[in-house]
Amino acid sequence: MSPGDGWRRLSPRMLAVQPALELVRAVPALLGVAIVGSGSGRGGQWALGAAVLIAAIGTLRWLTTSYRITPDQVQLRRGLLRRRVLSVARDRVRTVDVTASPLHRAVGLARVRVGTGHGGRSGERALTLDGLKAAEAARLRGELLHRAAPAPPAPDAADAAADADAAPVAERELARLDPAWIRFGPFTLSGVAALAVAGALAARFASEAHLEPEDFGILREAADHVLGAPAGVAIAEVAAVLAVVVALLSTGGYVLSSWGFSLTRHAGGTLHVRRGLLTTRAVSIEERRMRGVEVAETLLLRVPGGARCTAIATGLRPGGGAERGGALLLPPAPRAEAVRVAGLVLGDPGVATAPLTPHGPAARRRRCARALTPVAAAAAARLAAPPRAGGPAWPWIAALALLPAAALLAADRARSLGHALAGPWLVVRRGSIVRRRSTLARDGIIGWTVRRSFFQRRMGLATLTATTAAGRQRYAVLDVDEAEALRLARAATPGLLDPFLAAPPGDRYEAASRSGAAAGSSAGSGAGASAGSERAARSS
Amino acid sequence: MSADADAPVALRPPRHRVSPRAVRWWTLRAALGWLVVVAAEAVWLAVGPVDATVQAVALAATVAVALAHAIGMPRWRYRVHRWEAAPEALYTQAGWFDQERRIAPVSRIQTVDTARGPLEQLLGLATVTVTTASAAGPLRIAGLDRRTADALVHELTLAARAGADDAT
Repeated sequence: MSPGDGWRRLSPRMLAVQPALELVRAVPALLGVAIVGSGSGRGGQWALGAAVLIAAIGTLRWLTTSYRITPDQVQLRRGLLRRRVLSVARDRVRTVDVTASPLHRAVGLARVRVGTGHGGRSGERALTLDGLKAAEAARLRGELLHRAAPAPPAPDAADAAADADAAPVAERELARLDPAWIRFGPFTLSGVAALAVAGALAARFASEAHLEPEDFGILREAADHVLGAPAGVAIAEVAAVLAVVVALLSTGGYVLSSWGFSLTRHAGGTLHVRRGLLTTRAVSIEERRMRGVEVAETLLLRVPGGARCTAIATGLRPGGGAERGGALLLPPAPRAEAVRVAGLVLGDPGVATAPLTPHGPAARRRRCARALTPVAAAAAARLAAPPRAGGPAWPWIAALALLPAAALLAADRARSLGHALAGPWLVVRRGSIVRRRSTLARDGIIGWTVRRSFFQRRMGLATLTATTAAGRQRYAVLDVDEAEALRLARAATPGLLDPFLAAPPGDRYEAASRSGAAAGSSAGSGAGASAGSERAARSS
Repeated sequence: MSADADAPVALRPPRHRVSPRAVRWWTLRAALGWLVVVAAEAVWLAVGPVDATVQAVALAATVAVALAHAIGMPRWRYRVHRWEAAPEALYTQAGWFDQERRIAPVSRIQTVDTARGPLEQLLGLATVTVTTASAAGPLRIAGLDRRTADALVHELTLAARAGADDAT
């Protein structure tokens, strides 16, 4: 990399890729144009014109885009009429994400996305170099992330050479995809979205091409069969077919996104995740930004005993957009494997299996009340106002049917609740539909929120939330005993709460400290003994 | 940890209340809001009543609710909105149905904002918002006396600058 004025174009092979990608992205718009144009009977020509225009824009975009990497900045310049220069200071680079679609791979290119660690903040956009040679992309990733110590920046050539030397020995594998994990594919439900998209596209194509479902023998027979069958049988059949299709699609989705998965730790202080069958993706997370790990099990994944593992890191928010899946450390895999990976990533295998203190009967009552009250209220309202003139009975039946489901959900939610303090980690578990066990570094906690609703105050409970700059930004200990919440917060961040403490006044705190005595009095004292006291409280 | 963990302790409410003038501010704000509703109802009643008695009753009910809210809410809020700044941490409390207490270490504070709306300017009040690197829940103290707010902002800014690292 020559310093100075060295603006460079992206690889010219992008000229082959970019127009095609633009075309794919523009398929819905093209369809729209074709449909609108079809009124004049020349939809095809309109669509062709639009396609040519889009390809031309792609070429123009390549011509007007250039980048350069200086000793302290990565810069991207683009735009024809409105020139824009995006700059990212190299010491601000937190994540580097290398993806390659099948088209990119066909011509040996990759897309490099440089994240600044504030991916969640609005207005701050990551810098994307779309179209570097694959080898150069990999080299750039190493160069951007593995700055040898925060010393003055070394000359680039030496830097790169050192990286190339170090790479083969300095990388240690933590996990790798076992093909047997594909059995978790059907339980991920990623196929639901795929089915919806496919259905919408099919409907659009059908209407565009003036196709009627009746024209296809198979579809007509299927429709006749379903319409002819009794309602119960028809519903069961349709549901079974849907379930099979979704399971197949989900499995396909799992293979597409997770094939070739590997998680490695680089001695330079990064975690690398590689995965993808057609579109390959390589994500690097700086370990300096890691604040913990989350093991999540959806209700469905719990059936075959699966779980996934994600990183809690500053600048990496779970959620949608381009960052989607950026924090994933392990795709759905056996629970034991997720726990093992969590332990390895945290560098402390004990934490991932540390026993949790349950939240007790008061928390269970509250979960039940929250789940059952709306359903019971709906049923009661229906009872109080009996159907006049034969109103539909199904809402009432539905409410009654939901009652046991809500009760089960509440019981499972209550069972999920738990917390522990294990050395430098705060461990929190909650949820039923998605049960998450979050392990958060204590020094990653940058504030507390103690929330007590009217009902919680009556039951002596509180919701203690640790706020952090990483991951979900907030990790809540739900419905924990007031005294236990205070003990936990004090032990997790010693000294922070001390200026605001007082002997409990006689009234409402008394109940809290009395019911908390079981947990509080068995504790030794202070942060050091906390893990032991949790075990004691659990066994009692 | 200063005291031994066995001693029964509890998180006490923050020490300071906001400015007493905040009661006037909240009253004024609530009254202005209700005024719009009441005026709309009154105009409707005067110009083209559909059912005069029903509308009159509705108007009376609205006025009653408005009075209760504009008189009751600010006094209650004044009782529950509290704050305290210790050398190491900032502590706030708000909410009467869902009581919420927030604590942020001063060393992790990233920004300190002061906002003063037109009514607040009239009454010499200010709202201080303190954020940390977490996107979850900034600490907000509304209805501070302007001089107190300035002093607090000054103090927090100095302390935040002292801890000059990333604060994440």
